[in-house]
Amino acid sequence: MIRIAIALFVALAALPLLGLPDYFLHLGIATMLSALSFTGWALMGRFGLVSFGHGAFIGIAAYTMALLWNEVGLSPWLGVPAGVALAVAAAALLAYPCFRLRVVGHYFALVTLAAGEIVRILIIALRDHTGGSLGMTPRLAPDNSFAAMQFDKHGFWWLAVAAWGFGILVWWWIDRSMSAKALAAISEDEDAAASIGIRVTREKMMITLISAGLAALGGALGAQYRLYLNPESLAGIGISLQIVFGALAGGMYSMLGPTVGAAFTIALEETLRVSFGTAFIGAAPLVYGVLLVLFILFLPRGIVGWFERKRWAPRVGR
Amino acid sequence: MDPFLLEAIVNGILLGGVFALPVLGLNLVFGVVDVVWLCYAELVMVGMYCVWFLYTQAGWPLIAAFAACLPVVAGLGLLLHQLVVRPLLSSPPITQVLATGGVLFILQGGAMLIFGTDFRSLGVEMPPMEVGEIFVSGTKLIAFVAALVGAGLLWTFLKFTYVGTAIRAIARDREVMPLMGVDPRRIYLVASAIGGTLAGLAACLLVVQLDVHPFIGLSFGPITFMICVMGGLGNMLGGFLAAFLMGVIISTGGFWWNTEMSYVVAFACFIVVMFARPRGLFAR
Repeated sequence: MIRIAIALFVALAALPLLGLPDYFLHLGIATMLSALSFTGWALMGRFGLVSFGHGAFIGIAAYTMALLWNEVGLSPWLGVPAGVALAVAAAALLAYPCFRLRVVGHYFALVTLAAGEIVRILIIALRDHTGGSLGMTPRLAPDNSFAAMQFDKHGFWWLAVAAWGFGILVWWWIDRSMSAKALAAISEDEDAAASIGIRVTREKMMITLISAGLAALGGALGAQYRLYLNPESLAGIGISLQIVFGALAGGMYSMLGPTVGAAFTIALEETLRVSFGTAFIGAAPLVYGVLLVLFILFLPRGIVGWFERKRWAPRVGR
Repeated sequence: MDPFLLEAIVNGILLGGVFALPVLGLNLVFGVVDVVWLCYAELVMVGMYCVWFLYTQAGWPLIAAFAACLPVVAGLGLLLHQLVVRPLLSSPPITQVLATGGVLFILQGGAMLIFGTDFRSLGVEMPPMEVGEIFVSGTKLIAFVAALVGAGLLWTFLKFTYVGTAIRAIARDREVMPLMGVDPRRIYLVASAIGGTLAGLAACLLVVQLDVHPFIGLSFGPITFMICVMGGLGNMLGGFLAAFLMGVIISTGGFWWNTEMSYVVAFACFIVVMFARPRGLFAR
């Protein structure tokens, strides 16, 4: 799988040299940044740690970055790491008591859901700075676009490729570590894992912080790319469910699954938007929901998982 | 005491009454079927549209619209169970939650497609009543009383009928009950139907207080889940009490700060409670 990923990375890095239309580049950037967030979510989701609150981390990182730029004038090159660090700190604050007190399963999902809602409502409540539900735009700086991280589509393309590649690299690195095996054991049975000397809380914390950080990075870069921030699309239950759906549709158990999921959801959104337009407002979430249910019922391992099973089915064992 | 604070507390208790019905419904379904219906607030939304449509568009009397709303949402609950939850009963819990999350998008999208994104109002308003030094909204008071009556009926049903006893037994021990001659699949169906009925009842009470729009579920859905978890998932009495607690927190929070901050405080309270009592405030 890593070979496919490297080939994809090289191909993606070379693609803008062909002189593709801006619309294509736009979709590509949006896909790669979503893929980074989805990959981050799936890193922990595949071990049974299902979070419905990744919107919280994305919202914290994106708004930290934008507020630092607008109010203090700190460049997004520093603002994005600062935002991601704050998101990771929030994840630690939320996850540590959860794991220590064994808040698992439904309870963990609902606690994270509450965290996402807190961030969304806080953003709306702090409307003097964040613009509330109307959203906000980072201040434009045409004469200093590098420091402001405001590139044209080509410039941002390479940034997005690099960020996406970093996410895949993290996945690959975790897959090769002992932690992946420890986490797999934990997801089967926490007590049994603890009894053979696995430090359950530490392993879960590590994967959660990495997961929150990657999701937050994808979200912050996405907000910077679009130059528009909105509490509904960056925090709360809506975005959190979209992340889960994307990762699940692509297949959250394989390295490129969330990426395929991102490509799939964005292609779906664009198709629905272009074919229905504003005439059938509501058709998009309807189709989205139907597909989500169908995927869970008939393709629980996602698109990539289905292909993998086809390919490896004749072999004995795994 | 400051009359405004008193008014906030009274309003909080009335608000808790409105939260109580969906909380009971969710807890019943969770306790029996062991699945969280993430789209529960959207079922309430469908019920609200149902009442609105029958009353303002079809010209039915309000009581008839209410009466029609209950079986419609109950049927929807049955459909949800049969089509989505039942095939996933042996899947990991999180898959089940996600599937009902998909239904959330379906209902939201469907409502947008049929009714558009406009806010729809019944246009029924009762004058506020003056009790002592404070004002109490008449519609809220009626909704509160109706919620209590609904909860009482549910309690009576669970306590004094054969099916109710079976429901309580299966919530207590899922493995043993089938050996005692109770068909769990039938009980699941009954619980889903009752869960839907409670959503319909909540819809009747909400539609006279709030304008209905496709996203209304998002405004009280998350808080409903928080209340359920705070009281202990599946714990009916705990959820019922937590509903009033949360109502008062939100209402008095609105008195000291503003409405949004009061929700932030309520969610933060929830997270703190989760850390202090991971199995819920009223866990045994």
